[in-house]
Amino acid sequence: MRQKISSLWHTLFGDPGRAFGVVSLMLLVLLASVPAKNHFSEWRHYQNQYQRLVRGRAEAVTLEKHMPQGIQQIWIPEQGVVDRCTTCHVALKETSLRDIQEQPFRTHPPIPHNLSEFGCVTCHRGQGPATTVEEAHHTTLAWEQPILSARYVESGCGQCHLNHLTGTPKLNEGRHLLAREGCVRCHMLTMADGVVMQGADDPPSLVHIADKTTREWMFAWIKDPQRYSSTATMPNFGLSDDDVRDITAFLVAQSAPLQPNAPKSTATPGTATDLQAGTSLYGESFCASCHATQNAAGNKVGGDLGPELTKIGTKAKPEWLQAWLRNPGDYDPDTKMPHYRFDDKQVATLTAFLMAKKDDDLLANVHLPNATPEQVKHGRALVFEYGCASCHGINGIKKPENFAPDLSREGSKPFAQIAFPADVPHTLPDFIVAKVRKPRAFGPSLKMPQFTLTEQQIDAITTALMAQTDRAQTQPVNMRVAGYHESKYQPAGKAGQLMNDLRCFSCHAINGHGGDMAPDLTWEGTSVQRKWLADFLKNPETLRPTLIRRMPKFNLSDTEINILTDYIMTVYQTPAFDRDEIPAAALTPAMAEQGRELFYGKYACQSCHIVDSKADKGYIGPALWSVGTRLNAAWVYHWLKDPQSLRAGSLEPDQHMTDVDARALTAFLMSQKLSQKSSGKQVAKK
Amino acid sequence: MKPWITCVIVATALVISCTHKSKGPAQPTATAHGTAIVESSGGKQVAGVGSPLDQPVVVQVNDKDNNPVPGAPVRFSGPAETVFTPAEGVTDSSGQFSTNIYLGGSSGRYRLTASTWDSSGKRIDVQLEEVALGYQQMLGHELNEEYCARCHDSESTALRVSNHDNLGANARPFTEGDPFNKLSDADLTDLIAHGGVALGRSAEMPPWGYTLTNSDIAALVSYIRAVSDPPYRTKGVVYVQK
Repeated sequence: MRQKISSLWHTLFGDPGRAFGVVSLMLLVLLASVPAKNHFSEWRHYQNQYQRLVRGRAEAVTLEKHMPQGIQQIWIPEQGVVDRCTTCHVALKETSLRDIQEQPFRTHPPIPHNLSEFGCVTCHRGQGPATTVEEAHHTTLAWEQPILSARYVESGCGQCHLNHLTGTPKLNEGRHLLAREGCVRCHMLTMADGVVMQGADDPPSLVHIADKTTREWMFAWIKDPQRYSSTATMPNFGLSDDDVRDITAFLVAQSAPLQPNAPKSTATPGTATDLQAGTSLYGESFCASCHATQNAAGNKVGGDLGPELTKIGTKAKPEWLQAWLRNPGDYDPDTKMPHYRFDDKQVATLTAFLMAKKDDDLLANVHLPNATPEQVKHGRALVFEYGCASCHGINGIKKPENFAPDLSREGSKPFAQIAFPADVPHTLPDFIVAKVRKPRAFGPSLKMPQFTLTEQQIDAITTALMAQTDRAQTQPVNMRVAGYHESKYQPAGKAGQLMNDLRCFSCHAINGHGGDMAPDLTWEGTSVQRKWLADFLKNPETLRPTLIRRMPKFNLSDTEINILTDYIMTVYQTPAFDRDEIPAAALTPAMAEQGRELFYGKYACQSCHIVDSKADKGYIGPALWSVGTRLNAAWVYHWLKDPQSLRAGSLEPDQHMTDVDARALTAFLMSQKLSQKSSGKQVAKK
Repeated sequence: MKPWITCVIVATALVISCTHKSKGPAQPTATAHGTAIVESSGGKQVAGVGSPLDQPVVVQVNDKDNNPVPGAPVRFSGPAETVFTPAEGVTDSSGQFSTNIYLGGSSGRYRLTASTWDSSGKRIDVQLEEVALGYQQMLGHELNEEYCARCHDSESTALRVSNHDNLGANARPFTEGDPFNKLSDADLTDLIAHGGVALGRSAEMPPWGYTLTNSDIAALVSYIRAVSDPPYRTKGVVYVQK
């Protein structure tokens, strides 16, 4: 063999002339391999394939003119993006090719962004500079960022859009859940604009817990919160019976009595008549707007702003419930529950009604002997270990800092830092899904508890977390669409105190502060007439007949009503126009008649509103049979002209009404002066 | 043994094993067999691309007398990227098999197949169809929920009471393809932007052109086209490829 090689060597290179020839030939072959490699490259293959694809089409000439030649590149220096995706994805902007579904020739769905300003990897991830399919889409040793699957593609939008975006429901839901399920109470999550996400789950303070409930109930609750209420937010920590026993022992031991010198309640427990009266009072007070109960069919009926009350009688002590109904703020200054100003009899009636909502099975097998000091000590250690104070206020225990990993850049977490369990695919979204779905699959000793989430919810949370990337945190400020930040608006003076006591902001927003369950009151003073407002506060009557959620009656005194009415009428005024600019005399009966025709004809307002309760049926907007006694003419006029300028996001369509039409309709609507009482009767008759 | 004989033996073995595999995957282990498979629920659902359908898809296996057959084999299949959890199994005590479905990354209609096998091993299929919405259609879907569904959907939800039955005119649900498919994109856009009067229809349909943007309306049109049944056909309905 060696001889053969030696003879071949000699034949080729023995003679200098021949050696020169051989070396030249080899060089030529090597040089030729470069254009060959280029000619047979993947991207050229796709460009050729595309050319064949468009050749037979009617618009072939235009398409061929648009077709790129060679490697394409989008460069966005301020974002550090080099993007060659359009080399193969040649038809992204060709709307005439919408019928082509196969990649890489699929057309991009219309989005409000210019491709050449954003590139592809900004939203879809992957490696922009790569020119082969494998390197561009998948993880390699050098690159850790595979392309995002369609399942989580909304997370790309979430890097810049920090607020609610209509086109990304999954991302919106995910962010909502991170706050609603209390994830951000243990995990720090700083948005790209530096705002730290706050929990919205409202876990109760445990400072006076022994006043509120028994150790037995606490045991059953901590052991399995969803057994008490399937909609409970509190997760299952999977604790042993002994651990739960010790935690309850500690919680009772730390509990401080609320107002130790307060007189004991004089109200007697309810009777059967109370029970019936309680049903009515519960209904009249619209408790179901915020609290759900389970009906006979097992369905939850009612809102979710407050806890479910199906088994409240098993949980609450009657004395506590009475004190709570009298004034919830005494027990928990941060509660969203309003101070109803119930009298003693009403408190007793409601207490009796609620205490009858029991589940005797829940505590049937819970027997706890008196706690020993060791158990209390162990309970305290467990409360520290599981970070209970991250969510609940507990005497003598501070909210732990940096208790769980920071999630601000979770979407860029390097694979090298993840220990995947055996059956989880090695991708970042799969890791997050697996972690949220079953945290302890990553190690039985992990502290993260088991949440009760649907697959859709897990998907949404994963999408929201995938949006928390390095790119989001470091990109230029002008790329960010800032998030919605609730204002710190606080009404002043006596009216302000009253509004806080009534927890108006739990449902209404004013000047950017407050809930969205009820109408925004920022311009309420311009909108309504003083007398109507005072009557309404005395006895709120719904304007929308079909709504389940309604304004409760707060049993306000005349003085309180005066304070509130004066304040609203004086302070909550729009600067856009004068509320008295259209005097009653300016609206003639002839105009009103013309308005009636417009109402029922040209604008068909009756399809959404009711003026004549016998003939009209529209359910979407408020009933209008008492507009003349409720609203100001100027408000009605400007509302008809441009509703969204007075209340952003209103469903009332802007009809671009002429001044004449708007005035005529205003005249017609202002002539509707049915008093509240008679309108109530009309509804009852219906 | 001569090398070529070894080669022939190896090649024959390869051919036999390949032929065996090409018969397709074996049916799931079953204890009974039916003669028909029907859709019970879960067809015609709408979800974003790559997202799970809200409801599981349920099929039922029946015998020749239309009685449900427990323990019969069922397998789901569909275009690439569609994920079934689980993809196969046997029917439960009421003869039904239920699966949760994640649609793939392309917008359009997904034709899914649920199969069972009769006692002779013959495959019986039922076709189902689901709709995956792309970005623009999803935007339209959200706008529909906010603005249109109150009148165009006769079902009320906890947060949205339907106004459908209170109207003089019949506001058709967007899934009813026939009336909407007759309208061109331009007409549909006009109808939304300028209201019913613009096309000689009821004034109960208000003009939305001053409240919604042009791209909002385009998104709504795109959504209406996506969910229409029968499908809206311009250049042929786009089915996701296998």
